[in-house]
Amino acid sequence: MNPIVDREKGLLELERRIAELRSANAKQPVDISAEIAALEAKYALIQREVFGELSAWEKVHMARHPNRPTTLDYLSQLDRFDELHGDRQIRDDPAIVGGFALLAGRAVVAIGQQRGRDTKENLRRNFGMVTPEGYRKVARLAKLAVRLGLPIITFVDTKGADPGIGSEERAQSEAIARCLYEFTLARVPIIATIIGEGGSGGALALAIADRVVMLEHSVYSVASPEGCAAILWGDAGKADEAAAHLKLTAQDLQRFGIVDEIVPEPLGGAHRDPVGMVGRVLEVVATALAGFDGQSADEILEVRYRRYRRLGAWQDGLREVGGAVP
Amino acid sequence: MPMPEWLRIRRSSDAGVSDAALWTKCPSCSEVLYRRDLAANLDVCPKCAHHFRMHAFDRIASIVDGDFTEIGADVLPLDPLGWADKRPYPAKLEADRQKSGLTEGVVTGLAKIGGFDVALGVMDFYFRGGTMGSVVGERITRLLEAARSASLPCVLFTASGGARMEEGMLALMQMAKTTAAVTRFIEAGNFMLVVLTDPTTGGVSASFAFQADVIVAEPKAMIGFAGRRVIEQTIRQKLPDQFQTAEFLLEKGHIDMVVDRRELRATLIRLFEYAAAGRRVTGSNGAVRTVPTGVDTQ
Ligand SMILES: [Zn+2]
Repeated sequence: MNPIVDREKGLLELERRIAELRSANAKQPVDISAEIAALEAKYALIQREVFGELSAWEKVHMARHPNRPTTLDYLSQLDRFDELHGDRQIRDDPAIVGGFALLAGRAVVAIGQQRGRDTKENLRRNFGMVTPEGYRKVARLAKLAVRLGLPIITFVDTKGADPGIGSEERAQSEAIARCLYEFTLARVPIIATIIGEGGSGGALALAIADRVVMLEHSVYSVASPEGCAAILWGDAGKADEAAAHLKLTAQDLQRFGIVDEIVPEPLGGAHRDPVGMVGRVLEVVATALAGFDGQSADEILEVRYRRYRRLGAWQDGLREVGGAVP
Repeated sequence: MPMPEWLRIRRSSDAGVSDAALWTKCPSCSEVLYRRDLAANLDVCPKCAHHFRMHAFDRIASIVDGDFTEIGADVLPLDPLGWADKRPYPAKLEADRQKSGLTEGVVTGLAKIGGFDVALGVMDFYFRGGTMGSVVGERITRLLEAARSASLPCVLFTASGGARMEEGMLALMQMAKTTAAVTRFIEAGNFMLVVLTDPTTGGVSASFAFQADVIVAEPKAMIGFAGRRVIEQTIRQKLPDQFQTAEFLLEKGHIDMVVDRRELRATLIRLFEYAAAGRRVTGSNGAVRTVPTGVDTQ
């Protein structure tokens, strides 16, 4: 299923054996530390080989890894988090979690997409695919943040907006368009972090921000590689090729000026050290927020407008604008 | 530039559009139609009122009083990702230029409609499926900026398969860019009108299309966020024919009205009259006040 998970199996087995030998070594009269050292060297070599340099398609799988820290892992490591629920109209969408929080002593409104950490939770949270009610909750919380003057921090992790009948019946387009509108005009600083998969418009709805942070192996794409391959090649099997074409890695997006900062992951991915990873990301977010202290809302809005106004690549007469080619 | 001259220049290179065949068959009622009759009826089947997809130039000609001053014509596409699937992206652009006579998926400019000065943007499904890439985003942004600085109402005709994949994330970011332009335009007190035509989906429906003050749609136009095929694959069942049509959206409360193309110009003029009647103007001291002037029925 997930090739990253498959690749890890051998390594995890090696890890187990090293641990076994270590504990045996402590009890045994015969010294086997040389054997252990050899195994550890082998482990490090394989780990570098397997995870040292990931292709775009491998990063997609890393971003979708079942053990990768999710929004709730970030929220639970905040100083405080009080969840708020519902869109005040139809229901509470469990694919969005949001509420008041304390980050490094600062009161904020935190919002993110939440996928499930197991099958049961995935069913309840619709695999992190947000319905219109979820986006209306986001817009509501964003407005609340503005009214109280609280900064907004978001965590983006979704394959895309929910493509179901009910979502169409309840105006998915309008719900996303409304989020874009509210975030563009929000008179407070916004920091968005792409923690896993950023899937198209459903991700962008939480990602119009003054600073966009991305984890080293997160991806953010106009379309899923599978969907793109199906449309352009008529073959979803060409998803690896599509992933490379789409320029969806953090490194590509930083070159385009879409992403500001990349947070490195441990070798093997964020899930190999979830607590450390979450801590480092929250530190980056806190530092980014501190950068807006003393700035007026007008200044923030002006810079935010210019940030999005310039995005794109086009020819204007003889002049080429934007689009640094990676 | 006067309309006839502008149209003549723009059309001189588009052999594909002008007269591919004399006859065409209505996909809805199978009536065989003489193309010139169809054009005279605004590309609406005289027998069953099926609305054919309209080319941007024909749309502009059908809706404006006379002149059309194009904005953003110099804004042309690049290939920022060096994209190639079955064909390289620049080759696809060139083929669509030949086929449609357009330089990109939207035509934008200033015109008069029923005597009202307006900013007008028309997307064309025959250029890359009306997908939104950097040029579509930049042209719409420039149009909204021009409309804002002159306090003109803006009307956008949408037809789009969503974001343009060949420009990757730069295409997705056009949702953010056009939204930024819309917010400034609307928050300054200007009137924004959108006419959804067949089809309008994805990145366009989920950004500026559904941010308008008033949303009109053409009959039977397919409008939604996710494409029909994607939904059918997800739920593994066939969708009813009515699903995601303009009439369906009207019933669900997503749009304001469904208007036959032959009534569209008159409808737009009435809407501009209301917007002008309650026009927010800036007084000599800089204060914004609302001036109710009543509807001038000409
Ligand atoms: Zn017909």
